[in-house]
Amino acid sequence: MTDHELIWRIAGGSGDGIASTSTNFAKALMRSGLHVFTHRHYPSRIRGGHTYTEIRASEEPVKSRGDGYNFLLALGDSFARNPKENAYYGNEEAKPLYENLDELREGGVIVYDSGLLDTSEIENFDERVEENDWHVYDIDLRSLAREKGREVMRNTAGVGVTCAIADIDPEWIEELMRDAMPEKILEPNLEILEEAYELVQAEFDADAPDVTVPTGEHDEEQVLVSGSDAIAYGSFDAGCRFIAGYPMTPWTEVFTIMSQNLPEVGGISEQVEDEIAAAALAIGASHAGVKAMSGSSGGGFALMSEPLGLAEMSETPLVLLEATRAGPSTGMPTKPEQGDLEHVLYTSQGDSNRVVFAPADPAEAYEQTRTAFEIAYDYQIPSIVIYDQKLSGEYRNIPASFFDREPDPSLGSTLTEEELVDAPHDSSGKYSRFQYDNADSPEGVSPRSIPGQKGGHFLATGNEHMPQGHISEDPDNRVNQMNRRMRKFDGIRAELDEKGNQAHAGPEDADYGIMTFGSMQGTVEEAVGRLNDAGHSVKMLGVSDMMPYPEEEVSAFLESVDECLVVEMNASAQFRGLTQKELGKYGRKLSSLLKYNGNPFEPAEIVDGFETSIVEGGELPGHETKFVPAAGD
Amino acid sequence: MSAFSAIGEEREIDREEFTPGLEPQPTWCPGCGDFGVLKALKQAMPEVGRTPDETLLCTGIGCSGKLNSYFESYGFHTIHGRSLPVARAAKLANPGLEVVAAGGDGDGYGIGGNHFMHTARENHDMTYIVFNNEIFGLTKGQTSPTSPKGHKSKTQPHGSAKDPIRPLSLSLTSGASFIARTAAVNPNQAKDILIEAMEHDGFAHVDFLTQCPTWNKDARQYVPYIDINDSEDYDFDPTNRAEAQEMMRTTEDKLYEGEVLTGVYYRDEERPSYGQEKRQIGEMPETPLAERYFDEDYEWERTHDLFLDKHK
Ligand SMILES: Cc1ncc(C[n+]2csc(CCOP(=O)(O)OP(=O)(O)O)c2C)c(N)n1
Ligand code: SF4
Repeated sequence: MTDHELIWRIAGGSGDGIASTSTNFAKALMRSGLHVFTHRHYPSRIRGGHTYTEIRASEEPVKSRGDGYNFLLALGDSFARNPKENAYYGNEEAKPLYENLDELREGGVIVYDSGLLDTSEIENFDERVEENDWHVYDIDLRSLAREKGREVMRNTAGVGVTCAIADIDPEWIEELMRDAMPEKILEPNLEILEEAYELVQAEFDADAPDVTVPTGEHDEEQVLVSGSDAIAYGSFDAGCRFIAGYPMTPWTEVFTIMSQNLPEVGGISEQVEDEIAAAALAIGASHAGVKAMSGSSGGGFALMSEPLGLAEMSETPLVLLEATRAGPSTGMPTKPEQGDLEHVLYTSQGDSNRVVFAPADPAEAYEQTRTAFEIAYDYQIPSIVIYDQKLSGEYRNIPASFFDREPDPSLGSTLTEEELVDAPHDSSGKYSRFQYDNADSPEGVSPRSIPGQKGGHFLATGNEHMPQGHISEDPDNRVNQMNRRMRKFDGIRAELDEKGNQAHAGPEDADYGIMTFGSMQGTVEEAVGRLNDAGHSVKMLGVSDMMPYPEEEVSAFLESVDECLVVEMNASAQFRGLTQKELGKYGRKLSSLLKYNGNPFEPAEIVDGFETSIVEGGELPGHETKFVPAAGD
Repeated sequence: MSAFSAIGEEREIDREEFTPGLEPQPTWCPGCGDFGVLKALKQAMPEVGRTPDETLLCTGIGCSGKLNSYFESYGFHTIHGRSLPVARAAKLANPGLEVVAAGGDGDGYGIGGNHFMHTARENHDMTYIVFNNEIFGLTKGQTSPTSPKGHKSKTQPHGSAKDPIRPLSLSLTSGASFIARTAAVNPNQAKDILIEAMEHDGFAHVDFLTQCPTWNKDARQYVPYIDINDSEDYDFDPTNRAEAQEMMRTTEDKLYEGEVLTGVYYRDEERPSYGQEKRQIGEMPETPLAERYFDEDYEWERTHDLFLDKHK
């Protein structure tokens, strides 16, 4: 933790503009030279209810939301009020304040809208304030906003107050507003911002706790992108110009970004009747020679299991996204979990294979989505990017130059008409597309042709088939075709090893290890930093390649440590299970730290978990489960 | 040279081009109506002027789904009920292709019913052939969505309590812009109808009566049939929606009374196809999207240039 960090939480009702305000504020902080990280919490409800976004801003790069926060802006849930009588429904109105007190750090700041919130409705509020040494600003943001503009602009008033307290130059915000707002609402917003800023300076004392953040300058221009942005842009730069889908939170975010951008460049987006159709459309487009994708979240992805197998058997390149949320079934639609890992790895019948990536943050998400396309088209195999609700809505600053890359529209192992002339054909003129004895393709890939190409017609099928594509149950052909399809994994593994998708942190010669995957990586990395600062000897391995599994790299990591804690957001230790299945040993070295209450880990929980389990050899509290070592270990 | 030079190629086309070489011999039972569909389709192709290399035939699963194993063209034998979503995306990706989808009544009206409704509604430019044999053939004779009420099978031992689906009416309500019924017992009518269907610019649905002598005992069940477009007893205008609807209702009632009516029931030449609509509103490129991947001069758009400003 750096000394000067602001973790700002803005809370209110869904529909109160929490998301847009926080994104803008995060951007302003980024522009002022800070590193930012956002964390979003929202209920499955359109209007009202308790929602918040946290922005952590620091001079140093930030990798997680941190533990708790030090600045609360509680707006009051405008949807909890009966608009006619101007009266509260119960004490819902005060929720954005009292629901957020537990995690507010000692010495933190509370700004609340006294025009909408009444602290007398909160039990022991004053005592708690005193106990925790909180500094409270009760400001009638609602009236302030109403006087100059409209009530919804109390967000802006809240940001103005924040600037004054945290000593942030409101210029940064003004500049952003000028960029983003239409003339009509710009003026009142600017006035509200200024008035709120001055009000604090004039009426409140200066001995507030120190939550000020310095401003600086980044070495190069930064952009603020979420995991969903990054995945969409990764697809775009991979040359994907076709998406088909059906909405489901949180996958909808990528689907929306792509749908809004693709038509502008002549790409095609299709919202269709269900997820089976969505994946089947992506297969159809890919078969016809366009880079295509689809995706969903748990329940919708379950429906895709059928077309997923079709893509594999027919060797049609396909990229799918799986944005996991807490399950089973409809589960908790807006809460993160990593419980769909096994679903994504093993769904679909038979010895069905796919390539699975689990990126950790927006930068990795962009990178690995590009790789997912590259592998899918080079090897004619489905590849899946699994991520979760946490990563999808998490914003980070990344240098703009990171995205400054050549697009990759290559269709991979596909022949041109010129090449088709020399390719093998059967007696009726059919291109022998599925050769297993092709000396030119040691990696098991037989290049395809695209409908419309002269001399290229062939039959693709979900049945087992001969080299020409004809359905066959011949045993020798079956074994040859299976072996060839499985052989692709050797080439893929070698390519992925070169890319180095796995993340390492901490001293190389550490005694202990912590392993994790996907979106928990940043949090674990921060925890590992703290553990080493506290005198422990720990290193981290964040695994991104779920299939084919990076056996050698993980083995080497586990060989080098005495014990290893496996951190993941699910109840059945799926990632640990995968590791043991793939490696077939090390069971006794591994213990699990699990969380599945709908909220991601915070670094302190991992520090605690490590100290309790590894250092003290004790039982982990709460969410821990014991794991039976793998057979033969 | 275009990357897809088979598309639009002008030359004499021989129907033998659509027949595979030695392998494979059809696995259909002797007397199966599916042979009639295959024959009609092979005869229709040269007249439509399409070559095997510019044709994509997508099928589902079932005896019917094996159609493209015995037909020489680009083919995608998909999975049960899913031929339509695969086919329509291929057409969007490359509108120059002649796209035909085919499957059984179980495949198309049962498991794939949802896709049927939506593909018709969107009016994709393609031809959809449903082999309607009123039975599940490949899984050995279970009751299908078009089996008559009271139909007994191993899985419906007491006789089906369900009314059969009305495929023509369903198609019209769903939005198909060309609807016809033909029968395998008359490949000549079938050929003409398939030609019309393929030349139609929009979703052309052909309910193709195919007898299944193995599981639906009465192999001659669609004989004699009546061509409503030729018959003096049935006078109606297929471009008139209300008249078409009335005619479909009559046909669907009579089939189960033993009178087989066939012909073109509905034709709407005015309605633009889905691809045209999408192009008009700017949701689809004028030139085939698939072409772009073979065009070395195409300048691929980049995130860095197009979208990053709003994130700064
Ligand atoms: C998801 C799925 N469910 C069931 C099956 C088994 N199945 C194969 S063919 C078929 C019935 C086909 O009947 P129909 O579509 O009428 O075609 P026909 O064989 O009569 O031509 C079924 C149920 C399957 N292959 N896939
Ligand atoms: S089972 Fe029926 S539909 Fe299938 S091939 Fe035999 S006759 Fe034809």
